[in-house]
Formats: sequence, C-alpha cells, structure tokens
Amino acid sequence: MSARSIVSAAFVAAAVSTALASYAAAAPMTEAEAKAAVAAGKEKCYGVALKGQNDCAAGPGTTCQGTSTVDLQGNAWKFVRGGTCATLELPGGLKGSLAALTRNVPK
Amino acid sequence: MLPVERREEDFGDKLGYARAFAPALLDPDRAAPSSVSGPNGKAARKRYNVYRNNVTVSLINALAATFPATRRITGPDFFRAMARFHVRATPPTSPLLFEYGRDFPEFIERYEYARSMPWLADVSRIERAWLDAYHAADAEPLAPQALASIAAERLSDTVVTPHSATRIVRSCFPAVTIFAANRSDGPVGRIEATEPEDALVTRPHLAVIVRRLPAGGAVFLTCLIAGEPLGAAAAAALAKSPEFDLPANIAGMLAAGAFTAIHQGR
Repeated sequence: MSARSIVSAAFVAAAVSTALASYAAAAPMTEAEAKAAVAAGKEKCYGVALKGQNDCAAGPGTTCQGTSTVDLQGNAWKFVRGGTCATLELPGGLKGSLAALTRNVPK
Repeated sequence: MLPVERREEDFGDKLGYARAFAPALLDPDRAAPSSVSGPNGKAARKRYNVYRNNVTVSLINALAATFPATRRITGPDFFRAMARFHVRATPPTSPLLFEYGRDFPEFIERYEYARSMPWLADVSRIERAWLDAYHAADAEPLAPQALASIAAERLSDTVVTPHSATRIVRSCFPAVTIFAANRSDGPVGRIEATEPEDALVTRPHLAVIVRRLPAGGAVFLTCLIAGEPLGAAAAAALAKSPEFDLPANIAGMLAAGAFTAIHQGR
C-alpha cells in the first residue's frame, strides 16, 4: 500500500461537487480527438459489414486465386504507400516507416 | 444424369462430414478431403480450393472490417498478409464474425514484421474494444443528478456499476492519437506524439466514443469497475499519479457514460 492510501470524505465530496458544476465542460479530451473518435464511431460500413457479412466472399472466391496455394510470402512483405505508418514519429528512434521492415524479410 | 461426386456415407452424419471437410480449409499443405471429388470420382483439389479461398478471404475481410485503423497504418497488403497468418493459426471459435479477432492484438504484438510498429497492437486493442462496445447491451448511463443526490459524507463509500460497453485500454504509446488519426477518412498529418495514452471506450447511447484518459484516469476507472468505492479508487489513482485530478475525472466519467448505477457501499 502506498502512503496515500486514504483520501478524506471531504476531499471526495468537494471533488464531486466541482465535477458536477463543471460536468459538461470537463470531459478530459481535446475537441479534435473527440471529433475524430465520434466520426469513427459513425462509420456506416461497420455495423452493416459485420452483421450482414456471410461466410462467403463471392467476388474473389469465385476465382479461387491467391489465398490457398500461392506462396504468400512473396507478396506478404510488399508494402503499400497508402498506409499512414510513415507519418508516425515516436521517441527512442521508433519511426513508423514501413520501408524499414524490408530488412527483416527472409530471402 | 446424377452426379457421382458425393458418397452417401458423408451425408448420413453431417457433423462427421464437416469434420472431414473442414481441417484442410485453412491449411493449404493438407490434401483436400476425399469426400470432394469431380465427375467420375476424380480428385477435385481445385473445387476444394474455392472453399479454402472463401473461408480465408471472408475471415481476413472480417478482420479488416474490425481493424480499419490498423489496416490503414500498415497498408492493405501488409494487413492482409498479417491477417492471413492469424486466420490460419487462430480460426474463429464462434459462428458470430463480430466476435472474431479477440486474439489478433496479441498476435500483432508477436508478429515479427510488425516489430518496428510497437504501438500497432495497442491501436488494434482499441479497435477491438470499440467493437465490443458497439455490440454491448444497451443501458442508460448514470445521470449526474444521481451523484448529486448522495450525502456528501457518504460519497467516498459510493460504488458504481460499469456500463456493459465500458472498456479501458492502457498503452505505453500514444495509441489514442494514432487510433483517432487513422480511424477517420481524412488525411493523416505527421503525428509527433510522445506521451503514453490510455483509452476509455464507451457507448452511452448509440455511438461508440473513444476518449483519451487523463493522468491516473485508467487506474481510477479500473478500480471503480472492479467495485472499489470512490474514495479508494481516488486514493489508488493519486498513489500512481500525483497529478490525478479527481473532479475532472468524475466529470469525464459522467460525460462518457462509463457507468450506469450508483450504490451506497458498506
């Protein structure tokens, strides 16, 4: 247990009353993030795709190419520029460059 | 003329037929089952491959639909290759496709070609939590008035009931920022984020909401979800994060609709 294992009832009560007073405004999230997240939540294709999706992908399935017998590794490591990985920059030398991954590809 | 493709015994026992038919679906190295044959009883590997393809493609598509931000980060080809490995190693256990993919974040974490993107697994965890919240039972979120009606001296003993949609995803990376940037259709600018971010996923009404939790927020909410009273949860959060802001976190959990009911503790 830590030294601060107890907070007083008065502290909690004061916090609740402050919270209720500021309730609507104090959501701990920036506006931009909220917008992006809500926009994500409204993606129409979601519910439809997952509910209505049956066990057969008619288009590609009819040709029977690609997924079962082809040696997948050949194109597995072909990266697509469409990805946004490269826009990420994190500390510790971690960059979201997909190109760096090609080093790991077994020949 | 009657086709002679199917042997009668295969149909007497439907479960047995499925058991014979299914195992090679996700393993291209295995021979097609003998029950699948062409005219004149010839082997029909190509015919069976249609089923192989359908099963594999539909499961990869299900993962792509569940993890759109993850897919956007990696690009579609990388994603499909990664998903294919997972589909073959971990086929679904439920016929409900929206239940599929719970093990995918774990897989991504171990996937050797994704190692240079250590945040990717956490982004996918948020996406899986998003879908769980989406399909969780509806419940009316806790009204702020319910908290206001409790006597001040009893507040720290108060226990709250979590909403069935509420999920918390903790990350050592800026997973919420990366998730939010890649989940929408808009262009993704350069993200320069350094702070670890914890996500709170809720669905107070119809729309799923993903919020970034402030310092100590994840500890606070995790304690509350585990049934600890308000005072103890606040203490635990303060112990972990001295900058923990109790009023802001209470306001945030009310706004997010993370809980449904309130009870007087002991």
